[in-house]
Amino acid sequence: MARQTDVDSNAERDPKPRAVSALAPAIDRRAFLKCAAMAGATTGATCGLARLVLPLSAMPPPTQPTQDDAQFTVEAKFYQKFPNKKIKCKLCPRECTVGDRERGYCGARENHGGTYYSLVHSRVCAAHVDPIEKKPLFHYLPGTLAFSIATAGCNVNCKFCQNWDISQVRPEQVPAQYAPPKAVAELAKQNHCPTIAYTYSEPVIFSEYLMDAADAGHETGIRSVVVTNGYIQNEALKTAYGKMDAVKIDLKAFTESYYRDVVTGELKPVLESLVALQKMGKWTEIVYLVVPTLNDSEAEFQGLARWVKTNLGADVPVHFTQFHPEYLLKNLSITPIPTLERAKAIADAEGLHYVYIGNVPGHPAQNTYCPKCRRMLVERVGFTASQMLIRKGACPFCNQAIPGIWHA
Amino acid sequence: MDHESNKSRRDFLKNCIAGGVVLGASGKLRLLAAAEPTAPPLKSRVAIARDPMLRGTGSAVDSGRMANLLDRTMQTLFEMNHPAEPWKKLFHPGEKIGIKVNMLGGRGLSSNLQLVEAICQRLQEAGIKASDIVIWDHDTAELEHVGFPVATEGNRVQCFGTDRVGYEDGLVTYGSVGSRLSKILTQRCDAMINVPVLKDHEGAGVTIALKNMYGVIHNPNKLHPNGCNPFVADLNMLPAIRTKMRLTICDATTACYEGGPGFKPQYSWKENALIASQDPVALDSCGWRIIENKRAEKKMKSLEAEHRAPRYIATAADAQHRLGTNDPQRIALVEV
Repeated sequence: MARQTDVDSNAERDPKPRAVSALAPAIDRRAFLKCAAMAGATTGATCGLARLVLPLSAMPPPTQPTQDDAQFTVEAKFYQKFPNKKIKCKLCPRECTVGDRERGYCGARENHGGTYYSLVHSRVCAAHVDPIEKKPLFHYLPGTLAFSIATAGCNVNCKFCQNWDISQVRPEQVPAQYAPPKAVAELAKQNHCPTIAYTYSEPVIFSEYLMDAADAGHETGIRSVVVTNGYIQNEALKTAYGKMDAVKIDLKAFTESYYRDVVTGELKPVLESLVALQKMGKWTEIVYLVVPTLNDSEAEFQGLARWVKTNLGADVPVHFTQFHPEYLLKNLSITPIPTLERAKAIADAEGLHYVYIGNVPGHPAQNTYCPKCRRMLVERVGFTASQMLIRKGACPFCNQAIPGIWHA
Repeated sequence: MDHESNKSRRDFLKNCIAGGVVLGASGKLRLLAAAEPTAPPLKSRVAIARDPMLRGTGSAVDSGRMANLLDRTMQTLFEMNHPAEPWKKLFHPGEKIGIKVNMLGGRGLSSNLQLVEAICQRLQEAGIKASDIVIWDHDTAELEHVGFPVATEGNRVQCFGTDRVGYEDGLVTYGSVGSRLSKILTQRCDAMINVPVLKDHEGAGVTIALKNMYGVIHNPNKLHPNGCNPFVADLNMLPAIRTKMRLTICDATTACYEGGPGFKPQYSWKENALIASQDPVALDSCGWRIIENKRAEKKMKSLEAEHRAPRYIATAADAQHRLGTNDPQRIALVEV
């Protein structure tokens, strides 16, 4: 499987992802509806097994189809049926109206005869064991590992996407393995991961799978976290992310114009998601990827910080992370460190307690400090929490409560 | 005058209209050499040929009548008398020709098999080897489902989908589009014949020649916001598409005026026509008019009234794109 970075975290590449054992059946695409009706994805496919073969790209001769669609197919949740076999997807604010045999914007959901299907249940195209700090989640079980998975697809198209080779493709265009929820939970346990992380591409679009995997994990004491753009409708957010133990939201910018032009999304629904998560009591951290010349104004940093303080509170961690040229923005330079430091200074001045700088290994702003006595509480070197002094959720020096999920 | 003289005179006049003639200082006329770039023609030619008896007394298209209809369309478009001449003009032995069909509508509303067979026949008569012709769309199973026989090797016309060979690794970009191209286009085609279907589209308004290129890229689902505008136009600016597209023959044998691009039998009709042009913008413009006429006949609102007029057509014609013309004054529409 290809290397994967957590969306917008610009994390260092894993040198070699740990392999995920899997079996994948090979059925032609026409068997799609038959297997979908059998809904075999969560209880074990009944459509036969075959060796997964990577699709060949060499020219001639063309190869036989190598990837099964049907066993990854389940009826989608969060959609509405309309006359003439049309549906309206209610998963994300895009609300795609999808005709028969067409797909939504995300490319991972398809209408067949007026029923909407997810094409990516258990269809894992990336699986790694990552430090939880890589998500980044700094106030959640520091020093532990997360069994991190993704399917293909995304409901936006960020021009800076580092994982575009899985997020901006259709599921059938990327090799994948069949990894049903119970198998994911088992693999997390085998790899000593107290957490499953749904990440890399955009978990909104594989919500059905995310929910089932989270349930399977919770049955065996494995938690779940999601790394997401937050571009999801409220009902779906409550249902799907209600099963999460922590959420990291990529807040791409603080202007609608950036969301429209660079992300192909909208800011307002993401802010609404953040507020909703707060009301649900979900531990949430925010990443703001600073892209030079596009979303790096002081006004935006200040606007963001004030909004977070007012609507979410001073204790929500905000990570300003360094951009690296990728995908459709290879013409820009990496974010200068002084820009990140300026963003942090502005957010600190606005009263946010936990403001981090990401993707700059060794920077002191990757550590956690007590907002009261300013002593270092969690020291991080790269993605490793080398020192963790928080005891019973509090600073051991001044007893200030340090919010987060510190212990399993 | 005999036939050859007539032909020479007609070509001469066409060159004059095309701006290929300059009045020199001496007042004598001179023709620009063939290798020199000529000014674009003043009018884009669009040919529409119909055959009310295309299906005889049944519902299936008659192969012989389809071949005749194709010939009439091409001869009208290129103003040539013999069926083989347009093909010899456009394509040359040794070239690899891709026929980009559209299978999204399934058996009810896809590029017609008999039409494509007739195209393949004419190409071979023009000296193209069968194995140098590839009929393609994005998915092999969809081709098979419509009745196209899959062939990936041997001395016969090839027929398969991009799913068999994949997309180029690198992205190509223009404007709003950043996509990976089908390796069939990039590695198996020197030239392309675009064979779309005349259809309404719920997002874009209509889907005809220009939008058929959505089947060439890996991420068409990302190019649907805002009525597919400016995505359709920007996509057709990609060099591999723009330089290889030589001809569009729009299948209007069965067309749809509402509920597209999927097949809705209650909104389809048998126009029994082919629409051909080398200007995809002009073709789309004419196709849009046909759909609007049908909608009016059915007492339906126009696409404009439904806030889904195909704005991408004007974008494709604008100064930035210049993919063709949507100006009725600059379209020579010939219906036979």
